[in-house]
Amino acid sequence: MVILMEEKSDEIRLPLIGEKAPDFEALTTQGTLRLSDFEGSWLVLFSHPADFTPVCTTEFIAFSEIYDELKKRNTELLGLSVDSASSHIAWIRNVEEKMGVKIPFPIIADLNKEVSEKFGMIHPAQSKTETVRCVFIMDPESKIRTILYYPLTTGRNMQEILRIIDALQTTDKHKVATPANWNPGDPVVVPPPKTSEQAEERIKEGYDCKDWYLCFKKL
Amino acid sequence: MIAVPCVSTDGKPTKSGIKMLSALKSGASTPDALSGATGMPMFRVRSGLRQLVKAGFVKQVDNKYQLTPEGSKLAA
Repeated sequence: MVILMEEKSDEIRLPLIGEKAPDFEALTTQGTLRLSDFEGSWLVLFSHPADFTPVCTTEFIAFSEIYDELKKRNTELLGLSVDSASSHIAWIRNVEEKMGVKIPFPIIADLNKEVSEKFGMIHPAQSKTETVRCVFIMDPESKIRTILYYPLTTGRNMQEILRIIDALQTTDKHKVATPANWNPGDPVVVPPPKTSEQAEERIKEGYDCKDWYLCFKKL
Repeated sequence: MIAVPCVSTDGKPTKSGIKMLSALKSGASTPDALSGATGMPMFRVRSGLRQLVKAGFVKQVDNKYQLTPEGSKLAA
């Protein structure tokens, strides 16, 4: 996927699923951080359009509400917008004062748009000055595992973000796939057989097979 | 409370910085051990160590970290 930034002639290639995310160093509300500082943990890097805006405020409260659940999954959160660190700090102080919610994760102040351009977070047809609602889920090796994009007007679903992390971690641990609408505890999909012999064998293995290519098992 | 970097703009260690220096003085010498001793997440430990090394309070020897004489004076 290639995105052409309107005011620059150079092409910026977005990091894609399966690729290692490009490292960066950025000023955040918790000091200067590098992406590589998060290695060893899963990471949800997400952008929001702007501080002191209504949908973003609901999302930040919602991200804070799932923070403990993310920590249980060895997952960190890292926010981003093209606002300044002072604006971020004023906003999160306001959220704490007015809504009683402490924002526990760092937020990148991407004033020069260096990080947002690297990750294709500005979609000029939506806004030339604000980032859309992107979510990059990375594994402990900083490999991109999921990319989600939402428009400015649609707040994200935190349960879906948790569900994706659960699904990815289940896939890594058990070498299985997860079917539509899967949730932890539901049967998982056994990888399809690569040979006719494997297809015959798997019927005998006690999986719940609808046919040779679609088999489920309980973990 | 908003978490702050380990070294303030005037070059002095912040509360988080002192916490890291004290953990180093107590024998924690790797990011993992420092994270365990301070309760700070790994990303903050790694970033904090960079700042403390740059400020001259900590030095890196191979894959371990040690206090410099200046850092040692500031560690609680």
